[in-house]
Amino acid sequence: MPEGDATHPTAFEMAARQRAISVSEFFLKNRHLLGFDSQSKAVVTTVREAVDNALDACEEAGILPEIAVEISRRGAALRVAVEDNGPGIVEGQIGRIFGKLLYGSRFHKLSQSRGQQGMGISAAGMYGQLTTGLPMHIISRIAGEAQAAELHVSIDTSRNRPDIHRKRHLDWDRPHGTRVEVEIEGRYQRGPHSVESYLKQTAIANPHVTLALRDPDGVEIRFQRSVETLPPLPSEIRPHPHGVELGQLIQMLSDADARTLRQFLERAFSRVGRKTADAIIERASAGLSARSYPRRIAHAEATRLHRAIAGTRISGPRTDCLAPIGEERLLEGLRKEIDASFYTVLTRRPAVYRGNPFQVEVGLAHGKPGRPYLEADDGSTRRRKRRGDREQPAQAADLPGRSDEPVRLLRFANRVPLLYQQPACAITRAATQINWRSYGLRQPKGGLPLAPMVMLVHVASVWVPFTSESKEAVASYPEILRELKLGLQDCGRRLARYLRRDRALRLAEAQRSRIETYLPHVGIALQEILEIGDAERERTVAALDAVLRRQRKI
Amino acid sequence: MTVQPANHGATDIDRRTLAVIESVARQVAAAIAAGELPEIALPRRGLANVRYDADKGYFELGEARKTRRLTAGTARIFAQTLRLMAVSRQLVADGDFATKREAYYVAKNWGVCRFGDQAESDAVMDDIEALASMYGLSREQLRFHPESHGGAVAGPLTVIDRGAVPGETIEIDCAALGSGAYSIPHSVEHLQFRTKARFILAIETGGMFQRLNNHRFWREANGILVELGGVPTRATRRFIRRLSDDCRLPVYCFTDCDPYGFANIYRTLKVGSGNAAHISPLFCVPKARFLGVTPKDIVDYDLGDATHPLSRVDEKRARDALANDPFFRRHRRWVAAIESLLKMGVRAEQQALAKWGLNYVIEKYLPRKLADRRSFLP
Repeated sequence: MPEGDATHPTAFEMAARQRAISVSEFFLKNRHLLGFDSQSKAVVTTVREAVDNALDACEEAGILPEIAVEISRRGAALRVAVEDNGPGIVEGQIGRIFGKLLYGSRFHKLSQSRGQQGMGISAAGMYGQLTTGLPMHIISRIAGEAQAAELHVSIDTSRNRPDIHRKRHLDWDRPHGTRVEVEIEGRYQRGPHSVESYLKQTAIANPHVTLALRDPDGVEIRFQRSVETLPPLPSEIRPHPHGVELGQLIQMLSDADARTLRQFLERAFSRVGRKTADAIIERASAGLSARSYPRRIAHAEATRLHRAIAGTRISGPRTDCLAPIGEERLLEGLRKEIDASFYTVLTRRPAVYRGNPFQVEVGLAHGKPGRPYLEADDGSTRRRKRRGDREQPAQAADLPGRSDEPVRLLRFANRVPLLYQQPACAITRAATQINWRSYGLRQPKGGLPLAPMVMLVHVASVWVPFTSESKEAVASYPEILRELKLGLQDCGRRLARYLRRDRALRLAEAQRSRIETYLPHVGIALQEILEIGDAERERTVAALDAVLRRQRKI
Repeated sequence: MTVQPANHGATDIDRRTLAVIESVARQVAAAIAAGELPEIALPRRGLANVRYDADKGYFELGEARKTRRLTAGTARIFAQTLRLMAVSRQLVADGDFATKREAYYVAKNWGVCRFGDQAESDAVMDDIEALASMYGLSREQLRFHPESHGGAVAGPLTVIDRGAVPGETIEIDCAALGSGAYSIPHSVEHLQFRTKARFILAIETGGMFQRLNNHRFWREANGILVELGGVPTRATRRFIRRLSDDCRLPVYCFTDCDPYGFANIYRTLKVGSGNAAHISPLFCVPKARFLGVTPKDIVDYDLGDATHPLSRVDEKRARDALANDPFFRRHRRWVAAIESLLKMGVRAEQQALAKWGLNYVIEKYLPRKLADRRSFLP
């Protein structure tokens, strides 16, 4: 493993970028914003935050991620343990990473990564602390160090400070990696909003990851990687001027190291050179000049500056900072985890919303091999199917579903599955606004199409606009909706082509079997009339079958 | 179309029936052996393929054929057609018969091939019948018999029927049945006749037949009485046809004086119907003439006060005959007769003659009509 090489920062370097941001008490009172609003959701959120962190750390360090999730019962509570083979965490930072909200390496840079705010894992710890009174238990070992560090960390919620209870060194059989254990009040459930579902979807979008799950009943599930190389690491970019809010601009100005406004604009933003900077300053006019000292710029001037930025033509943001899953990997992920008879994937070209580059990817997996699928079912067949349903309740992990059910929509943002708030999501909106009937699917008014199909949609961006901090639904910016629809429609056209071919084949097959049921009767009639033997009858029927086969070219 | 030769042997017809069925089966088998899709050519039975042959004097199926080729869409009906032919063949071989209903139930044993309802089996049967009619064979010869038997017969006629034992014959004297009468069986192909009568009188109603039979009208007139009972059944039509052919007897038709009597009863007896044109060559009686009651009789016999006004259905039927029926349109006397009936706006039943006394029909009307055959309508 290339730990500590030139391209990947070491744990120490990563630690250097981590800073304190804000307070924690607010979130204690508003825990639903972070995804801890129900007992079952709390379990999924905890796993998700830990796994996302682990994946980001592994990938950044150039390690093929191998992550084990164990959930066990501890009396009335659940213990969630997530262990990775990542680079490990520098001992001095462990407390702050896990015991301080909004502490992370992600917030201050613009690059596509799973975590964004540095909130998740410490929020999980805080939730555990709140519901069970127990601190988080962390073991971490950095490659090359003789022993692992073991800490118990709780959060001083009033001061947003880590509280380290016990700290010791121990022998650990892993060469490097981190294990996080948190005990929370929670309920382990199965179905579409389950840990298993989250891990399976993660495995689909990240075919280079191996995930293992051991649930409270001791059942083990493993999602094995099928790609042995890491995806390209997204590069970091400076923000694009058009994507910056006023408050953010004021913050940036007050934090600026630059000595002049022109210098600030050139350094802090991408796509701003001397000419563009001057154009902005000239447009902002009164009270501001190229030599204004950024830290001294008052609120009123900042407002004018912000308006000036919006009014200035600036070339679009760079898009090479995005790292989509890629069509090859996406297809691999779908094939690996979903048994279907038709797959199609598409990676759209990058686009921009409010100065932020983003990219949409779509994948469809349709039908189940060996299970006949006929859209043109007559009523009786459908009724029969429905009777069958009652005996066999729908399994959420059943991907794809049945032909009379809505498609299974799998939403991803920066490779992270979005399990909750499907109706509020831009992806759902795009998928329901498309007329799938023109692609050969049934679709109730204003709903998802009905088909045995998995519809995967991935939005990659340096800054995915979520509707809330719990990162469960993508906000509906018109630019994003447009890209989503174009991607879905493109895949829909391919699906329609497949369905037409498939339907024609099945129709021919149905006709063929229809003929076959009557051929023996032609044989019997000829035998009776011409008084031929059984052998000759068989020969005649076989010959007739051959004639029909030749005529119909089946 | 060949007309049935007189005095054929029953076995001879059966041999021809078997030959037709077997030749169709052999063609199918040959096509399969040659690596082609087998097909059966059937006459089209639609009205578009029905025309009135003035020379022969009946409705006839045209040359249009439909080809029943074995494909996905026709596999079922193709198999059913062949299997029903196999049933027919077995019936002929066994000397047995099946009614249409029975044939429908026989097919219940065919598994996926069975008929859903009798309409389905009747349609296939009609196809086979049309096919057989191309070779001068009727459905009765295929051994599919109608449900309804024929009408009653009385008069100087001896019907020679099969006995229970092959070779044995039974002779029925239709003049020796008292106040009863001989009932025409479902199938009449095997019957033979002996008679010295001069004509056949086909009578619309059972009541009139009874009256003429009870008073032995046939003895003085030397004619054979046949009860039609409304529109004649297949058996009655075929019986009259065979009797008139074999014994070279003219046929006179005696019905009510109304459009139903002309266009439905008499027209069907004489020239057939569009619906069943495929059986016309065997079932029509082209030499039948219309004795009465004619519209002119209403005047001649002063029946004006024994009539009823024409109903709207009657009028429609009459106008339809004038406008569309090629048989009536061809005969000016019929056109004139129907037009005069429409003008009078009345209809007269056979029984209207009872106005002059119950036996007026025997003593005056029929003798006078039979004495002047030129008054018959064509």
